[in-house]
Amino acid sequence: MTQATKTDVLIVGAGPVGLFAVFELGLLDLKCHLIDILDRPGGQCAELYPEKPIYDIPAWPVISGQGLVDRLMEQISPFDPQFTFNRIVAGLERLPDGGFRVTTDEGEAFEAKVVVIAAGGGSFQPKRPPIPGIEAYEGKSVFYAVRRMEEFRGENLLIVGGGDSALDWTLNLQPVARRLTLVHRRPEFRAAPDSVNKMLALKEAGKIDFQVGQVRALSGENGMLKSAMVKGPDDEVEIACTRLLPFFGLTMKLGPVAEWGINLNENLIPVDTEKFETSEPGIFAIGDINHYPGKLKLILSGFHEAALMAQAAKRIVHPNEKVVFQYTTSSTSLQKKLGVVG
Amino acid sequence: MTKLTFIAFDGATFEVEAENGSTVMENAIRNGVPGIEAECGGACACATCHVYVDEEWTDVVGQPEAMEEDMLDFAYEVQPNSRLSCQIRVRDELDGLVVRVPERQA
Repeated sequence: MTQATKTDVLIVGAGPVGLFAVFELGLLDLKCHLIDILDRPGGQCAELYPEKPIYDIPAWPVISGQGLVDRLMEQISPFDPQFTFNRIVAGLERLPDGGFRVTTDEGEAFEAKVVVIAAGGGSFQPKRPPIPGIEAYEGKSVFYAVRRMEEFRGENLLIVGGGDSALDWTLNLQPVARRLTLVHRRPEFRAAPDSVNKMLALKEAGKIDFQVGQVRALSGENGMLKSAMVKGPDDEVEIACTRLLPFFGLTMKLGPVAEWGINLNENLIPVDTEKFETSEPGIFAIGDINHYPGKLKLILSGFHEAALMAQAAKRIVHPNEKVVFQYTTSSTSLQKKLGVVG
Repeated sequence: MTKLTFIAFDGATFEVEAENGSTVMENAIRNGVPGIEAECGGACACATCHVYVDEEWTDVVGQPEAMEEDMLDFAYEVQPNSRLSCQIRVRDELDGLVVRVPERQA
């Protein structure tokens, strides 16, 4: 069995609410480890709207998504939270001592007394393009990520998309593919201009093909692709291909949390409004992923939920300690934890 | 008030009175127009409020800006008259606007 990383509280999701939970738990001397499928903290704030303004964070008349994440990271730094990025939580089992063992898709294991699900709209996963029948080819000749470039050697490769992933993989896989065609809806690209220029140079040199259009249909047998029908601005063209890599961005899915035996209500997790605990004792849910009467999907509501959850988590992790309610403004013991007094 | 008409994919018609300054998406959500998801809440960050602007209205409504065009790459069955409804602001000139909801969102 993999050696487990031990922590007091394991937080699933490093969005704004998961991050602020570190602060509230930290004031109560609880150590946190966060797991997120993205490669950095911030969740939707970092992935969907880093530059967009948020107007309803108390005391910030306006702050950008990334600005909020940066300040939360600064605010929780005294508590030294640990992060594991690029991982999706896969398994959860209850340990004999009442804690939990949580495993990731890459096999890492964590042991915690308390699990907090702060997974927002769910985990970000590659979006399936709207091509009829694509499911039959997935995992055999259609892939949403490149794990090993060698798997594409000698293949007739079709890459679809106009962002950085599509362009980067076009540049990287061109030398190993037998033939590579890039398909995008329009001649303009979202990807970095440098990548676009490199791609255009490959096209000029006749090393790749570029087709403007949208993939409408696939044909093949037993999951193995033979060709794709691409509808361009004027006509439809059939492109022979043995592998397809669609890069249509990310969508949010609840993922394996749905298998944890927690009661769910339309992909949301019902909780009580005293502790924000789920139907499973010791597992809490805060932020956009939970539901209760009157729930509002606001970041500030998630912050409130984090504060109340922390009180309940403290009683689980340190059942024999008396919890004294204190203010950061006046409590020297809290100020010591924050590192603002000696 | 400005009159907007939504035609759902199944042909159901929704006529709504919209306030100037609101977005077409907000009016769809407020009036329960099926097929408009608006997952990101109007931040032009998800392409799930995609609509087709009626041909007679495309010139008045105008073309998407670069950021919206980028987002439309993620939408389903994008046509020349495709727009994200969260990026269309209701104004006097749009009185009578007709938009159609696609078969599905991204």
